[in-house]
Amino acid sequence: MSAVLDMIGGLLMVGGAAFLALGGLGLVRMPDTWTRIQAGTKATTLGTLLTLAGIALIEPGWALKLALIVLFLMFTNPLSSQVLARAAHRAGLKPAPQTRADALADDEGRAAE
Amino acid sequence: MADPFLIAAAALVALALGLALARFLRGPRALDRVVAFDALTIVSVAAIALAGLVTGREIYLDVALVYALLSFLGVIVAARYLEGGEQ
Amino acid sequence: MADISSSRAAPRAAAIKLFATLFVFWLLLNGNAAPGTLAVGVVVAGAIVLLFPSSLSVLSGHRLTAEALVAALRFVGLFLRELVRANIAMAALVLNPRLPVAPALVKVRTRLTDPVARLLLANAISLTPGTLTVEIAGEWLYVHWVVAPTTDADEATRAIVSGFERHLEVMYG
Repeated sequence: MSAVLDMIGGLLMVGGAAFLALGGLGLVRMPDTWTRIQAGTKATTLGTLLTLAGIALIEPGWALKLALIVLFLMFTNPLSSQVLARAAHRAGLKPAPQTRADALADDEGRAAE
Repeated sequence: MADPFLIAAAALVALALGLALARFLRGPRALDRVVAFDALTIVSVAAIALAGLVTGREIYLDVALVYALLSFLGVIVAARYLEGGEQ
Repeated sequence: MADISSSRAAPRAAAIKLFATLFVFWLLLNGNAAPGTLAVGVVVAGAIVLLFPSSLSVLSGHRLTAEALVAALRFVGLFLRELVRANIAMAALVLNPRLPVAPALVKVRTRLTDPVARLLLANAISLTPGTLTVEIAGEWLYVHWVVAPTTDADEATRAIVSGFERHLEVMYG
């Protein structure tokens, strides 16, 4: 039984780490700050969630504390990315040329492009 | 203990850290570096937890939790500082 | 279960909810329920409730009914499903050599009035396929969309907001 849990835990761990690596790739490849934040936040949240869930299956006694870390990250991770995205907009960073619309700039009475 | 899994997970986490570090070094703007730093620290939380698994010591999880808390505050402060217009 | 949200104005109900939330958080943090842990938890949670009775509405604004609990579970379930979908979509995007992004910053509207409910909505949006909350201004949320199929506010609202809003409305109704 424990061998099966170890197996599933190991797979979750590797899957989570793979998402973390994909998030890193997104950070490098994406064309502007907002698309990078998107790639980074989503991948690191699920990646950490899966990795810690895998560890919890291998070490069941640690599950509660791991759950607390996951809970904390699920709340703070999107929050910090939102604050970063807003800061990038307020600081006037340029969006990628493919960007089709900027409703926030429009509403603030600035030029969209 | 799932050794091949641990090695694969550690390698992928190292790759993630390397890629985030590349973005951190390249910038180009300060906020891009903060975005990369944010990703670096969250990947580090997973890395610290993995280190706990390798060494079998639960205290690493407390380290990871406090680390996540402090880096969150750091990112918020840095973002608030930079939003007024940077560099 | 009794609905004590009707007495939200009453500070006592809020204080009890805050105390309960903090106490559960403390138990999770410790990972055990030894008598000493419980005693310190009661003291710490009690002290925080006494010191900050009104500034921690984040932890006490929700309803405590069976219906709200079911809605919360549905919200978490939907959220996890969307998080997985978001990551698969993002993986496909960054692994595509052409990197076919078509970003837009669109605005969407929410019917939610509770600030914590709005925050949860904004967080959920940030972790779901291709969307990231950039700014909250009252009932309007400005959302960055990596591959935006529309820039119309109403269509975007239906696509991005409606699913989560349904559950949050019950939780914070």
